[in-house]
Amino acid sequence: MKIAVCLGNVPDTTTKVKFVDGATLDKAGIQWIINPWDELALTRAIELKEDAGNAVNSVTAITVGGKDSEPTIRKALAIGADDAIRVDAEPADAFAVASELAEVIKGKDFDIIMCGIESSDYNGSAVGGMLAEILDLPSVSAVSKMNISGNEIELDREIDGGKEVVTVQTPFVAVVQKGIAKEPRIAAMRGIMMARKKPLDVVPSTGISANAEFKSFGLPQPKAPCKMVDPANVAELVSLLQNEAKVL
Amino acid sequence: MSVLVYTENWDGKFKKLSFELVSYAKGVAEMLGTKTTVVSIGNVDEAELAKLGNYGASKILKVEGDNLSSLDNQVFTGIISQAAIKENASVVILSHNNTGKAIAPRLAVKLNAALASGLGKLPLSVDPFTVNKKVFSGKAFADVVLSSDVKVLTLAQNSFELIENGGAAVIETFDAEVGQVKTKVKDIQKQTGKILLNDAEIVVSGGRGMKSPDNWGTIEELAELLEAATACSRPVSDEGWRPHNEHTGQTGKIIAPNLYIAAGISGAIQHLAGVSSSKCIVAINTDKDAPIFEAADYGIVGDALKVLPEFINAVKEIKAK
Repeated sequence: MKIAVCLGNVPDTTTKVKFVDGATLDKAGIQWIINPWDELALTRAIELKEDAGNAVNSVTAITVGGKDSEPTIRKALAIGADDAIRVDAEPADAFAVASELAEVIKGKDFDIIMCGIESSDYNGSAVGGMLAEILDLPSVSAVSKMNISGNEIELDREIDGGKEVVTVQTPFVAVVQKGIAKEPRIAAMRGIMMARKKPLDVVPSTGISANAEFKSFGLPQPKAPCKMVDPANVAELVSLLQNEAKVL
Repeated sequence: MSVLVYTENWDGKFKKLSFELVSYAKGVAEMLGTKTTVVSIGNVDEAELAKLGNYGASKILKVEGDNLSSLDNQVFTGIISQAAIKENASVVILSHNNTGKAIAPRLAVKLNAALASGLGKLPLSVDPFTVNKKVFSGKAFADVVLSSDVKVLTLAQNSFELIENGGAAVIETFDAEVGQVKTKVKDIQKQTGKILLNDAEIVVSGGRGMKSPDNWGTIEELAELLEAATACSRPVSDEGWRPHNEHTGQTGKIIAPNLYIAAGISGAIQHLAGVSSSKCIVAINTDKDAPIFEAADYGIVGDALKVLPEFINAVKEIKAK
């Protein structure tokens, strides 16, 4: 069985974002990381491979990004992916990214394709579902647990107010959320050394164009200062919530 | 031309989220000078379907079938796309909940449509079709232009006001082709008797400042008193003090209640990403410099374990009046 994990390269979640002329992200000083949900997907894929009870032969990390995204995909190799593919294209929108991913994945006989449910940059929650539709594969979204039994995969899928245990046949796309792995795995020194020798294929972009254009960016209005209430007078807070904020 | 909305049902019933979707779709339809059609999948009775008319649906297409009670992404995408083609829909609207996130991107590909997700406001303009959406987990906003003929939008829960207009909808049975169901549901585990975090108008949330899982009684008591849902910060769920489905924050649940009470939560940037859309935030924390106070509307510098019982008493007093 072969697993592919699609990874996005995003600013660290603590980044205070800024924009140049309100039109492009100011990349100065930004630390880039594997998108947190994708990192959990990768962790689970590696766990499944490590469990000898599963016949998982390989975990391939795939990203769409320019040369500057290479440290992020190398990190995936250091964490434990066997090989990696970088599509040499700037990620313009979810559709363009999903289309580029589909081109690479087609014909490679992956059994499970994993994507995070959201990216922390454009928050589209779109790539995994789009990829599945382009590839005409089943998909299960909001997956918080995944186990393999033969070529049937058992998953927990979060629904409004609970969860469902579902099964699906491979090949399919798993769109995963928190819970799929406990903690993202951290690369050890040995892994970092080994990653330098692992194959990283760079493939050219197919030039598929985006259909959503991020025209301009702005920052939220600064919030009015917090109204502080004396801890000796909690009743005043409740009265403010009732009469001023009108939320009680 | 039309605007098409898909709303799921929960055991044959709609909820506020459904009415928000229809109200929003009606607003988009008015901007385009057209009407709103709803597609409903699964068994819902006529009285329940008729409720959607009050929020602006002109027509409801119902697709029934016993094999449609649980979600199969491909089957549902197929049905909604057939409805979109039948209705000549130029905009298709779904919720930005787990179901919408599962279907909307597939639908966008199938309809050659651009997708804009997690919206909270009506489009800025319909020509060119421009929406404003949160990016970088709420740290910024972007104006996004959708250039395709058909557009798929998803609406964030609790972000759009209900608009009742007393209208009535025509209900039609829609004979859609239902594809093969490939996702088999073996078991369903539902929370019962609790207000769901995503549906809640008030949320009481605890962080590490609560010191121990044994101290959650006050959080639960206050939540019950306010008919609120309970939530927690990431360290609390990571420690196993509370279940993961209560974790609010960037990688947990993103919520937008009317009132969010943060007890003993310092307010890391990732936590704020999950709660900053709340209409009113109350922070209780011992550290006056904690970042939660920058996001909060009202704050008390103090020990949550001492403040919460007094909060409960004060709420009981106003309830008694």
